[in-house]
Amino acid sequence: MLMDIQQHARELGLGLDLFSCIQCGKCTGGCPVSMTTALNVRSLVYGALIGDIAGPVHREELWDCTCCFTCVERCPKDVRPAEVIIALRSLLVEEGKVPSTIGNALMGIFRQGNPLGYAREDRTAWMDGLEVKPAQEGCETLLFTCCSSAYDIRAQAATKALVRVLKAAGMDFGHLGTEETCCGNEVRRLGEMGLFEMLVEEGKPLLEEVGAARMVTTSPHCMNTFRHEYKLGMDVLHYTQWLARLLEQGRLNLTGRVEKVVTYHDPCFLGKQNGIFDEPREVLKAIPGVKFVEMDRIRERSLCCEGGGGRMWFEGTNTEGRLAFQRVQEAADTGAEILAVACPFCMAMLDDATKVKGLSDRLKVMDIAELVAMAL
Amino acid sequence: MTHKPAALVIGAGIAGIQAALDIADAGFPVYLVEREPSVGGRMAQLDKTFPTLDCSSCILTPKMVNVGQHPNIELMTYSEVVAVEGEAGAFHVTIRKKPRYVEEDLCRGCGLCAQECRMHGRVVDTFNQGLGKRAAIYVPFPQAVPLIYTVDPTACLYLTRGVCGKTFKCKDACPTGAINFEQKERFVEVDVAAIIVATGFDLMDPRTKPEFGYGVYPNVITGLEFERLSSASGPTGGKIVLNGKEPQDMVFIHCVGSRDPHTGVPYCSRICCMYTAKHAHLVRDKLPNARITVFYIDMRAFGKGYEEFYDRVKEERVFYRRGEPSEVYRRGDRLVVRGEDSLLGRTVEVEADLVVLATAVVPRADTLAVAELLGLACSPDGFFQEAHPKYRPVESTRPGVFLAGCCQGPKDIPDAVAQAKAAAASALVVLKNTAQDLPQRHEDTKKKL
Repeated sequence: MLMDIQQHARELGLGLDLFSCIQCGKCTGGCPVSMTTALNVRSLVYGALIGDIAGPVHREELWDCTCCFTCVERCPKDVRPAEVIIALRSLLVEEGKVPSTIGNALMGIFRQGNPLGYAREDRTAWMDGLEVKPAQEGCETLLFTCCSSAYDIRAQAATKALVRVLKAAGMDFGHLGTEETCCGNEVRRLGEMGLFEMLVEEGKPLLEEVGAARMVTTSPHCMNTFRHEYKLGMDVLHYTQWLARLLEQGRLNLTGRVEKVVTYHDPCFLGKQNGIFDEPREVLKAIPGVKFVEMDRIRERSLCCEGGGGRMWFEGTNTEGRLAFQRVQEAADTGAEILAVACPFCMAMLDDATKVKGLSDRLKVMDIAELVAMAL
Repeated sequence: MTHKPAALVIGAGIAGIQAALDIADAGFPVYLVEREPSVGGRMAQLDKTFPTLDCSSCILTPKMVNVGQHPNIELMTYSEVVAVEGEAGAFHVTIRKKPRYVEEDLCRGCGLCAQECRMHGRVVDTFNQGLGKRAAIYVPFPQAVPLIYTVDPTACLYLTRGVCGKTFKCKDACPTGAINFEQKERFVEVDVAAIIVATGFDLMDPRTKPEFGYGVYPNVITGLEFERLSSASGPTGGKIVLNGKEPQDMVFIHCVGSRDPHTGVPYCSRICCMYTAKHAHLVRDKLPNARITVFYIDMRAFGKGYEEFYDRVKEERVFYRRGEPSEVYRRGDRLVVRGEDSLLGRTVEVEADLVVLATAVVPRADTLAVAELLGLACSPDGFFQEAHPKYRPVESTRPGVFLAGCCQGPKDIPDAVAQAKAAAASALVVLKNTAQDLPQRHEDTKKKL
């Protein structure tokens, strides 16, 4: 295929810099899926540079990328290799050549504001039994729930727990209710730039009208795009950052005990991409009774759960070699009884993996908010 | 000393030593100032040198002894330049002599003090890159010049806590009464006509690249740590062992921090390709059955005899694999190096018992302070700036001040020595002209008076 990928990427607002690449292979070497699928981002960067990419149409592995951005973080030359994948995906999107499940997710977001395709008016079903103030009435903190946090049954439990914790801390927070719409973080990474632009155009005024001092998100993915791509006029925090702050200020008192051995999985969009490694650990360590243990691959070397970049809606070209399978085994090997997560995608991928690997009787995947709520 | 104009050489690594010797041999007096207790610098830490495999200490020690004994060199170790005034031909320099707490003219270097020191075997040995332990009173290495013990003020119990048991064990052990805790720092002022700056380099802290697990895994080490591990004068007596075990699988990683604007090191460190080839050779020499893998991005074997050395090392069953590894992690009791072999176009996991990181050469941490002290400019890479990249490569931006060795940019020993000799030659021009001007200057001064 002969076209100027660099130019195309620029038009999409991507920072891809093909010309500074020295083909060192650090991107592919660190790519979590490079050992289990045909995806080779170094080779794609080279092909894009010299204008020799055999039609990406035939490259199903382009959809394997989880957009963990390990390649972007480690690239010595600031090439931003993952963005060549996003640029190539966008070409496929323009041609309508996307895997059907991804097409459905994008359609769901376009029609109902969520990739699961559930009805917009059901977005607040998780609030049943909880009183959550409408943000439109004005609030200091805007709570933004990821589509998964709002609709996915397992993730809903974490969302409810977070609300209980924030209430216990006496926080003034509100929620947009059924007006809340998908942030589009994965939409952009799937290369559906038109839809992403629409989400920003409609979402940004809605979020800013609330007049909140800050936004707290349940998902690192939402936090990431709100921080870096929406450029909102308010602070955007992940909920673990907010909880760490509340604990430090003595506004959140934990009187209960959780007598468990707990380990923690760093979400890529929280850790690698935004450098938030310490706060989730501080929160876990502040829970009375918790014995905190670490896995080997943590922080900047954490293993991706494989749920980002649209992979929640695409099985990938190799379902045998799921990274989440490996990850839950690593967690179980530490002797932990609980694998704490801080992202609804990680929750879904890892929770599922404990079942597949027959580990669910000895390793429970729980959100940090759930563990904090247990100690209230 | 004679009445001839003198030169000041700052830093007594191989570049400073060579520059001082050349000027002294030409008959001019030299003050050679070194902030460590001994001369020798980085080269003293190395095991062998590439590509000839000369023992580093063996070819350095005679030069060290020479600067210690040369009638035209006044050696000032454990000292730092603190002020420089004046101009080419007439600099006035203030040097701070740090207290060793040992009388230089009394110490015979016998080492009984160190054996008796309560901190013996408990102080991190910086000369051995932290791989060994020493006492609070020490010489950095046995061939130190001068062979005079020094009390480490950061480790000595008396100096840090004000008390060291009922009696000073070091003092009791010293047969010459050389130890003196009353010693204070002294300031010495000297007049010199020319200055050579040879302050050397630092190595990047590999923790800036957390993906390699340095600081997490004890068997991930730096190239300089490997030098100490391999050196006969090192903590293992030259045996490549870690925690009592000989590694069977060794992985060397090039370009850790170099060629990487993210870490502030956009340049190539120039020495790593060759010293890693040398390391691979040393491993093969000592561990004939070890599996040795070197990961590289581009192989740069540019010097005389270098490509030939690279060929030789490959012949010695060393696997060169193209690709910069991305991550090191643990599997069982072994390490796994994960990276793409870009020639295979495939990501590979290579198991290792020892991983050696070729960390970037970076400017000394206090380069900016030294630049300010001496009135020098730094180039964008942070090293001292030469006056012209082609025609004035050893002159600094300040007349009368010359650059030698790695303080101007990364270079290997032959280049450092060549630059030192060039700096000495340039300084000699100033010294010679100053000597000719001296009678005239004397007249001028008289007229002013």
